[in-house]
Amino acid sequence: MSDHSKSSPLKSYFSVWIALLVGTFLTYEIAKVDLGVFNSAVALIIATTKALLVALFFMHLKGASERLLKLVVICTIFFLFILLALSMADYGTRLWS
Amino acid sequence: MATATTQPVERENYLNKEYGVGSWLLTTDHKRIALLYLISITFFFFIGGFFALLIRLELLTPASDLVQADTYNKLFTMHGQVMVFFFLIPSIPAVLGNFLVPMMIGAKDLAFPRINLLSWYIYIVAGILILHCMLTGGVDTGWTFYTPFSTAFSNTKVIEAGLAIFVSGFSSILTGLNFVVTIHRMRAPGMTWSRLPLFIWAHYATSIIQILGTPVIAITLVLVVAERALHLGIFDPKLGGDPLLFQHLFWFYSHPAVYIMILPSMGVVTEIIACFSRKRIFGYSFVAFSSIAIAVFGFLVWAHHMFVAGISVYAAVIFSILSYAVAVPSAVKVFNWTATLYKGSIHYDAPMLYAFGFLGLFTMGGLTGLFLAALGVNVHVHDTYFVIAHFHYIMVGGAVMGYLGGMHFWWPKISGKLYPEGWARLAALIVFIGFNLTFFPQFVLGYLGMPRRYADYSHMPEFQVLNVLSTAGATVLGVGYLLPMLYFLWSMRYGKPAPDNPWNAAGLEWKSTSPPPTFNFEEEPVVTWEAYNYDELDAPNKQEVPIVG
Amino acid sequence: MSDSSVAVHGETNDPALRHHFATEEQQRNASSLGMWIFLGTEVMFFGGLFCAYLIYRHSYFGDFGAASKSIDAALGGTNTAVLICSSLTVVLAIWAAQTAQRTLMIAMLILTMLFGLAFLGIKGKEYKDKFVEHHVPGASFSFEHEEIPGHPDQFANPQHAEIFFALYFIMTGLHALHMIVGLGIFTWLLIMAWKGRFTPHYHTPLEIGGLYWHFVDIVWIYLFPLLYLIDRHP
Repeated sequence: MSDHSKSSPLKSYFSVWIALLVGTFLTYEIAKVDLGVFNSAVALIIATTKALLVALFFMHLKGASERLLKLVVICTIFFLFILLALSMADYGTRLWS
Repeated sequence: MATATTQPVERENYLNKEYGVGSWLLTTDHKRIALLYLISITFFFFIGGFFALLIRLELLTPASDLVQADTYNKLFTMHGQVMVFFFLIPSIPAVLGNFLVPMMIGAKDLAFPRINLLSWYIYIVAGILILHCMLTGGVDTGWTFYTPFSTAFSNTKVIEAGLAIFVSGFSSILTGLNFVVTIHRMRAPGMTWSRLPLFIWAHYATSIIQILGTPVIAITLVLVVAERALHLGIFDPKLGGDPLLFQHLFWFYSHPAVYIMILPSMGVVTEIIACFSRKRIFGYSFVAFSSIAIAVFGFLVWAHHMFVAGISVYAAVIFSILSYAVAVPSAVKVFNWTATLYKGSIHYDAPMLYAFGFLGLFTMGGLTGLFLAALGVNVHVHDTYFVIAHFHYIMVGGAVMGYLGGMHFWWPKISGKLYPEGWARLAALIVFIGFNLTFFPQFVLGYLGMPRRYADYSHMPEFQVLNVLSTAGATVLGVGYLLPMLYFLWSMRYGKPAPDNPWNAAGLEWKSTSPPPTFNFEEEPVVTWEAYNYDELDAPNKQEVPIVG
Repeated sequence: MSDSSVAVHGETNDPALRHHFATEEQQRNASSLGMWIFLGTEVMFFGGLFCAYLIYRHSYFGDFGAASKSIDAALGGTNTAVLICSSLTVVLAIWAAQTAQRTLMIAMLILTMLFGLAFLGIKGKEYKDKFVEHHVPGASFSFEHEEIPGHPDQFANPQHAEIFFALYFIMTGLHALHMIVGLGIFTWLLIMAWKGRFTPHYHTPLEIGGLYWHFVDIVWIYLFPLLYLIDRHP
């Protein structure tokens, strides 16, 4: 992977690193605040943002020459989501009747 | 290319390039690895078949007089485990897929040849584990390992069997991974996606399932082993766990697994029908995309195995609807195959006989799946012989027929010899008759209420007649399976040398010699024609497909 | 065996180019796609555990909250930071390879492994704490009289808490196992780097190994909030 200037990838690496550490700190602190049902949602949103940063910048998904790699990631997440969602379709509705 | 006549000196090919056990056990040639798999899965097919024979012998009489119930439980468990994990799932991909995928796309090998060999060794390690498990007492939980019986109550070797299947899963994953990367990255110049044989599309779809589904059963087996070894309560209701969680995780893989078993077979049948109708497959894009659709939809339906297990009725409705949807792409394929046959120039060689058998039997199996997907009917026939008949129609009438058809179709390419056509047609007929005699009575038995997994049905002695018919059929089926083993072996020594393209078939693999050289092609092919160009192949000299054998 | 003496496509005699590939770019793209697909299988592998966890957390939220409170979130958070730093050193190692800075590359690889060892060390401390407190599932498990967060008058059901800890140990244990494998991979990468095998032109194993390491980091990014931070408000 050739970049025009030596510093451009370094800048993004260090920025992502800081963002990840900040995100970790945020997750930890927000957990101490009572947001009711939204605690889980916020924690997962921050975690997903961090995961995306690692995937896009550290794993170089953003600069990938083909969309194929992104397709692999999206497909995997989609099927994991199916597992979780359709299982919860059972557990979430067992007490309905 | 010169067709091979009875030359005194053999051309160098992948079989005679090197001799010696080491050259086979350390090979990275995908064609040799395919043959290693062929030997291994045939071995396990016989083991699984042996258990089936014992089951059918026991069911000749209503009483549990041949074996006790505990032993019978082990028989059907091990029949299922061996047949599913050690025969059906590898069969076509590991043998025909390994051999043909690189050749069909014009590549010299798979993307990762050493990983290919590794996947065979992993399979062998798993095979040794399961054999050891069977020889030292076996397992009696059913191939489905339902908890809490498997984790807390069974006295048999659950952990060892679980570990064996866990290991075998990695073989499957690595094969799938290899195929996907190969198909994406190693196609010859001019081999665009829309020129790929549908066999490749089928294996691509299969590989997606192998990659995404197998890890889930792997982790499920880890949990089962951990629970059993450490007395955890993840799946044990007495300890706050939910047995249905096991079933959800198990079936999330095991339902798509059945599509791993059938999709490659559909790919084989597509190639055979095109060749022996001398026509391009009708609706190429529909067949290609329906393969992908089956792979995707197949992941959405797993809880139809759990309709009466205690899931919420709302979830059951959702899964029932989705199960109806998954039948659509399969039906699309059946229509396309039929339309291909229409006004085709049909030749009844042995591979085509297997393809015809597949068409009828797969359709029946698939339609009875819809019966099972209907919630009301499911309550009546769940855990009866109706289910057993349904899945054997697809797995045996579908997948195994396709496998045998493919073995016959590509045998000249693989071995460089022709099998005896007369015997092959006879064997195909015997298999078809034997199969129907074995499994059609089971639909009736199930509908009439005979439960599955029972050694003793003496409270319903009226079922004996149908059971006797079924066992008789199984014997005939066994003969039908034995014949190809014998004449394939015979042909390796005494068969006529095969020409490069005995069927005048389309496909890059037929442009190479029979058997091919180690690196598949003398020169890298450049593809400028569409798939299934039978009009071009037949047009200039209007020659009939030679009847071989 | 890879025995071709002549590369049919005759472009280079690069020893790293394997015979069945036409170009190095094809080989590199194949390796990269292969690793990403493998990581996909790993996501599904851990995914089954996340599914089990999600279902029980939904069903036994209070009990899981009580159990979660008893594991050390500060240690967990520190471990998260440790892994994040290790991911940084991985990308720096690759950057050093791309810019032909051998010493930096080796230093970053060693630093990555040190971070990995630190992670395992902290994990070990956590496991020891759990063992001492009798929170390891099994015969000596005990979780009596632990209040459910937010419901001071209710105690957690010990059986449900035991399920939490079973999943905690299996999920973090499987993750730690992947860390150990990662350390093995990086040992091998370090040896290759030391021997000078990596150049700006060829450092594919570093990239592939890096992908694996980042994946292990991402799994922990999810494990931390899910396991440690269920209900931490006072």
